[in-house]
Amino acid sequence: MDYNPFSLQGKTILVTGASSGIGQATAIVCAQMGAEVVITGRDAGRLQTTADLSGTVKEQIAADLTNNEDVERLVAALPPLDGAVLCAGNSTTLPLQFGTREKFDDMFNVNFFAPVELLRLMYKKKILQKGASVVLIASIGGTHSFMPGNGVYGASKAALNSLMKYAAREYASRKVRVNSICPGMVDTPLIHRGTITEEQLAEDAKRYPLGRYGKPDDIANGAVYLLSDASSWLTGHDLVIDGGFSI
Amino acid sequence: MNLEDFIENFAAQFDDTDAEMFTADTNFKQLDEWSSLAALSIIAMVDDEYDVIIKGNDIISSDTIKDLFDVVVKLRG
Repeated sequence: MDYNPFSLQGKTILVTGASSGIGQATAIVCAQMGAEVVITGRDAGRLQTTADLSGTVKEQIAADLTNNEDVERLVAALPPLDGAVLCAGNSTTLPLQFGTREKFDDMFNVNFFAPVELLRLMYKKKILQKGASVVLIASIGGTHSFMPGNGVYGASKAALNSLMKYAAREYASRKVRVNSICPGMVDTPLIHRGTITEEQLAEDAKRYPLGRYGKPDDIANGAVYLLSDASSWLTGHDLVIDGGFSI
Repeated sequence: MNLEDFIENFAAQFDDTDAEMFTADTNFKQLDEWSSLAALSIIAMVDDEYDVIIKGNDIISSDTIKDLFDVVVKLRG
């Protein structure tokens, strides 16, 4: 009865963006699945909330991943890792004709350059152990669904998803696996910022075949699979978790 | 900021609606060309031109272009 290939027992796993939304859920679920979890996020107070909800975390390190000094401090503090889920990200809803270089830079700095630099350093400094599994949170908005207003955000996630595949090829030499999850709309603070009204969100959720937006746990559970030994032969894959939206 | 410029910036977000259709009293959500993308364009235009962030609900609660103008004026303080 002990057979559980999805267990994270004995694994040390970093979760970024752990102070809210998908990152917070992922940290909590990883801890529940037996992992030693290292969490990072910008807000020390909210990070503490995640630590409390997780029961126990190995380390919590407040850091802004768009700030070079913070990244250096974080990387220096990281223990050897068996897995990492890079959730930190942001979104914007903006028609392309208003997508100035500045708007693209803001989005790419957070959603692309920050996770890519962290991934690079974790690999180069051999923090990622042999057989480690990395999960990047991309989006169906980068790969499968091209709704008006999502272009600036979606392009940053498309770039991240592409990088994932290159990293999967190169890092395979150390047996480090790299995959992504492409969620549909997930009910997190990110989508409740008012550009889209609550009524519009409720209407949009009805367009999902399974009848609702995702919950952070829906994505966290996918991350558990990708982190666990159950997915040992899976790399370079973008796992769509979207309630059937992109069918 | 003045109302005439605002109406002009507002009208610029549309392609198929005649310019004379846009006045202070225009019920913009009744326009054939009104859409969720038009709403996003108005929000982005206001950010771009007037440096304030309006929300979807500001659009919902405004009937006329003047109503929305007043929201922007108030936000600019």
